[in-house]
Amino acid sequence: MSRREIRLSGFGGQGIILAGNILGKAAAIHDGKYATFTQSYGPEARGGACAAEVIIDDSPVHYPHIVDPDILVVMSQGAYNRYVPELRADGLLITDADLVETDEKVAGRRCLAVPATRIAEEVGRKLVANIVMLGFLGAVTDLVSVDALRDAALSSIPPKTIEMNRRAFDSGLEFGRRLIEEHTL
Amino acid sequence: MSSLGALQGEFFMLGDDACAEGALSAGCRFFAGYPITPATEIAQRMAYRMPQANGVYVQMEDELASMNAILGASWAGAKAMTATSGPGFSLMMENLGLGIMMETPCVVVNVQRGGPSTGLPTLVGQGDMMQARWGSHGPYSIIALAPTSPQDLFDLTIHAFNLAEEYRVPVLVMTDAEVGHMTEKVVIPPYDEIERAERKRPTVPPEAYQPYLCEPGEWVPAMAKAGTGYRFHTTGLTHDERGYPSTADERVHARLVQRLVDKIEQNRDRIVRTESMYLDDAEVAVVSYGIAARTALWPIQMAREQGIKVGLLRLVTVWPFPDQMIRELARHVRSIVVPELNMGQIVLEVERCAAGQASVTCVPHAGGGIHKPLDVLQAIRRAAGWE
Repeated sequence: MSRREIRLSGFGGQGIILAGNILGKAAAIHDGKYATFTQSYGPEARGGACAAEVIIDDSPVHYPHIVDPDILVVMSQGAYNRYVPELRADGLLITDADLVETDEKVAGRRCLAVPATRIAEEVGRKLVANIVMLGFLGAVTDLVSVDALRDAALSSIPPKTIEMNRRAFDSGLEFGRRLIEEHTL
Repeated sequence: MSSLGALQGEFFMLGDDACAEGALSAGCRFFAGYPITPATEIAQRMAYRMPQANGVYVQMEDELASMNAILGASWAGAKAMTATSGPGFSLMMENLGLGIMMETPCVVVNVQRGGPSTGLPTLVGQGDMMQARWGSHGPYSIIALAPTSPQDLFDLTIHAFNLAEEYRVPVLVMTDAEVGHMTEKVVIPPYDEIERAERKRPTVPPEAYQPYLCEPGEWVPAMAKAGTGYRFHTTGLTHDERGYPSTADERVHARLVQRLVDKIEQNRDRIVRTESMYLDDAEVAVVSYGIAARTALWPIQMAREQGIKVGLLRLVTVWPFPDQMIRELARHVRSIVVPELNMGQIVLEVERCAAGQASVTCVPHAGGGIHKPLDVLQAIRRAAGWE
């Protein structure tokens, strides 16, 4: 696999940074790839637009930042407005279906929607929407193996919440797999 | 030495955290500091890791006191560290000089951010490189290292402690906000497999001990641990071999300053580390350090694909400066390109050593971000005569 650039974004408190960390960890520790994770840092990080950048590659990551993002995950309208124009033309946009309304800015890019926050509420708490999103990402991309992603997620959260997070991950994964099936049928 | 508290294994770890873990693995058991972005995570991790390792964490009132606290801890026998960024580094300069003059092993980490002044608290810079060399007053030599990744920050923090112990000098880890705030895989080897240097202790009985007397042919005197029966005096004033002030005899001063400089400069071959990539057939060489050296690898690969024979000499040790490597390099390449996140600091040293043998150009950057790959590529193309 050559260099892949992923931006995850939303507002502070949605677990965007943790999701980025887990994705990078899945690649670097569980899948034996190279991964670099950075986060936007500053006064805008709480409440406002917040972003995690992950670079995954089979060879060392020399350049640690996103130049031309392949995948953009948005969990807020603000993040969508801010980051969609930068997504490459053949890139993949993933949105939280209930929190983001897409418009002409999508401009023909491939777009998948998952009600991550709603699913999170169904499996326990809104808090695990980021883990639902990771499960979905595992189903619809080939960035990392599903097992690596699940292991990285479940080793990064408080042990007491492991069952809720497992349900969150698997629900996102299942939703993604169904969506892919529907698309290919 | 006990491995108490040191980690082992593979981690997906923040650069700043890797620095703290490197210190623990090196045997550091004292940290004094004052939090500052982007170095705060080092202090934060030390605040809970030091007690786990039977060490001491002290949050000081400012960076002047932090620097002094680690000097005191070092004399009490501890391996000691502080971590800061530009504004705090400026405040440490006076007492850094005290550490140099008293020959006190310790490690000072500077997670560089954009300056001058409070500048860009959360964003990267490499503008403190000359300050690292000359920031404290008076003539002296010092050691400074420039890591490129969290793993490298872990490894070089250990190396910094070892150099500090061996040469009895504060060693500077000149990292930056990019490396400090980047998360990557870090492999921490078993504690027993990590090489750790320890300062030379006196072998003479306490009554015969002179704290600044060197064995014949050696540069570094043995250092007693305070409280073990060795009574001594140490001072920032010019002192004789007994450690007593001697401020009226220029010969004593000359002898002391010469030795402080020689113990570093005469050991360059043992201290200086560089890394070369693609230099064998190179007509253009990129010379850089820290994050700027790492990010230069992409434009170097692009230039190679275009047919330009370009390579990289990465300065792992920036001070003492790798004079000899640059001299040799300048004889073999047509031109040298120096990207750095400042307006041109280390390029001056490269120019000095190249001495007209190869053309030298800087790719400056005011900080706040990293070089765009195409900017460095363009500089390489120009240096190769392609533009």
